[in-house]
Amino acid sequence: MSVHVTKPASHPYVALLLAGSAAVPASPATWLNTRRAAALERANALSVPTTRDEEWRFTDLTPLTKVQFQPVSAAADVAASDIAAYVVPEAAVRLTFIDGIYVPALSVRGKLPAGITVELLGDALKTQAALIEPHLAKLAVGEHDLFTALNTAYLQQGVFVHAAKNTAFKQPIHLLFVATRKGAAAHPRCLVVAESGSECCVIEDYVALGEETCLTNAVTEVAVAPNASVRHIKLQRENNAAFHISNCAVTLAKDARYLAHAVTFGARLSRNNLTVTQQGEGAHAQMDGIALIGGRQLADTHTLMDHTQPHGTCEQVHKTIVGGGAHAVFNGKVFVREGAQQTDSSQQSHNLLLSDKAHVDTKPQLEIFADDVKCAHGATVGQIDAENLFYLLSRGLPEAQARNLLTYAFGAEIIDRIPVPSLVAQLEKNVMARTEGGV
Amino acid sequence: MINKNAKILLEVRDLTATVAGVAILKGINLTVRAGEVHAIMGPNGSGKSTFAKVLAGHPAYSVSGGEVLYQGKDLFALSSDERARAGMFLGFQYPVEIPGVTNSAFLRLAYNTVQVPRGKDDLDPLEFDDLVREKMKLLEMDPGFLSRSINDGFSGGEKKRNEILQMALLEPVLALLDETDSGLDIDALRVVAGGINKLLNADNACVLVTHYQRLLNYITPDHVHVMSAGRIIKSGDKALALQLEERGYDWLLDDKKAGATA
Repeated sequence: MSVHVTKPASHPYVALLLAGSAAVPASPATWLNTRRAAALERANALSVPTTRDEEWRFTDLTPLTKVQFQPVSAAADVAASDIAAYVVPEAAVRLTFIDGIYVPALSVRGKLPAGITVELLGDALKTQAALIEPHLAKLAVGEHDLFTALNTAYLQQGVFVHAAKNTAFKQPIHLLFVATRKGAAAHPRCLVVAESGSECCVIEDYVALGEETCLTNAVTEVAVAPNASVRHIKLQRENNAAFHISNCAVTLAKDARYLAHAVTFGARLSRNNLTVTQQGEGAHAQMDGIALIGGRQLADTHTLMDHTQPHGTCEQVHKTIVGGGAHAVFNGKVFVREGAQQTDSSQQSHNLLLSDKAHVDTKPQLEIFADDVKCAHGATVGQIDAENLFYLLSRGLPEAQARNLLTYAFGAEIIDRIPVPSLVAQLEKNVMARTEGGV
Repeated sequence: MINKNAKILLEVRDLTATVAGVAILKGINLTVRAGEVHAIMGPNGSGKSTFAKVLAGHPAYSVSGGEVLYQGKDLFALSSDERARAGMFLGFQYPVEIPGVTNSAFLRLAYNTVQVPRGKDDLDPLEFDDLVREKMKLLEMDPGFLSRSINDGFSGGEKKRNEILQMALLEPVLALLDETDSGLDIDALRVVAGGINKLLNADNACVLVTHYQRLLNYITPDHVHVMSAGRIIKSGDKALALQLEERGYDWLLDDKKAGATA
């Protein structure tokens, strides 16, 4: 997005967003106050991107700017039964936030093994600032991104996940963000730090109760140290009136592994930015994505895999299933910098259109400055395969059922790779329900 | 087995069909009775696979003339899935791969869709598992194929076994097997043919579309038809297939030309 001349609150909508917020109390950590102040200054200087900005060509934020959002100061009354459908029994811990506010009564915080920390960011800043300072608002800077800058400016509620050196913890850590209130703006922040040789799995789960228009502006930073591994499952199942903007920045040290599964079902308008920077040799990233949308939904995913060191590998598969008059956008950048020899990076974008009015824009963007690399990419846009459909019909399945099964299969290929059985079952049910309803 | 009084399952009269406006079938006549095995042979491009696909209702082909009665009723009044539920089965020459749906879930869905209206019990996954494992023994198939996606990464031979497994589960009245022998090595051919033989009885019938005689060494046809350029140009008994094995198709095509000019 373009940077405009710095003036106090240059953009009226940004001014409105900022004016609506209660002042964030100063943190005892001066470095954090400095970063917040800088972010606030950036937010003031930036404007809401328009389709004239290359990065937002296909995603028109005008509907967002027509709604006035404000952060909420107290959590709405939500019962445990309201979120029962989202419980993940495999999870070791669940932190639940309602409209951005942490709610202990809806959270489950059992004893975690030594070396694994899951804390509210505010609490962790008091006791573990030294672990946080090198990363927070350093990985996701928001120099040119209004939403990241806004999130940092508001930085108050959030989660800190830390895996100490050589601590392997496969049990998922469930972070549940529930949107409920009309006009509520939540700016959740997560920081995941996996020290060398460690392993952890984080589920970032965004859901909505009711049909109110809310804004979620999430920022997540993931620092993966040498030989560590992070599995990151991001689910967005908000309602069809919601606006969801998320920015995730990941850094990979030598031989680090990052495995991402992004699932997008909800929101009227969603934008997912995922930036993975390979800072050490031999790091590996896997980026799976699936968006299933219909009606008037728009789901935009922008990814950047930045290979700056040799021997990096990346496997990316992004799929969309688009019904009704919905619009899916995928932009996948792969940068292979000079010196990042022996990089092996692949990107696949597969898109299934279920109606004449469904629309997809997919754009692979490879920029390669090293000469001994393997980079494959492919993009397909199509309808349900006629031969596959005939095969199922010839086995007696009625046409509607056969189409649903093929639609489901298209998405299941991605969903089935999430190694959390209850979540796979939940998501498959979601997909089935949506495909049966014509998405 | 030929029984002149057996019920007629399929009656094809002067059937013509086109693909993208090009005539492929140019007047086919065929009668199939219960208990019979028919082999349709012929050179590549003669229209024999098209014939099987038209009967099953493949959307790429349009019927341009003639009629087909299936168990006495107009076949073309039924959609593909209705034909399947009425007991017609097409064994595909090239079975498709469908990643994302497990073979067992698909097989159970097909079984319940076709067999429940016929009066069988709706089977839950556990009940179905017992049944399908039993049927897999018939084809010497590894149960591991149940948990994989439909035909995904199966070898050519494994796909064909999976086709006949579906035939075993759906118990068709009329099975159209399109080049089931292609892609099978000699041992697999024996197993698959043995499986098909066990499924045939006095109440059903089978039309084998094949290029080669070798399948017919294991499944004895009652009638052999030779197709060329969209028509059946010769019909006979199993001896005809052996003659074709020995002499190829050319003599028949030459005969036909000679006959046409005479």
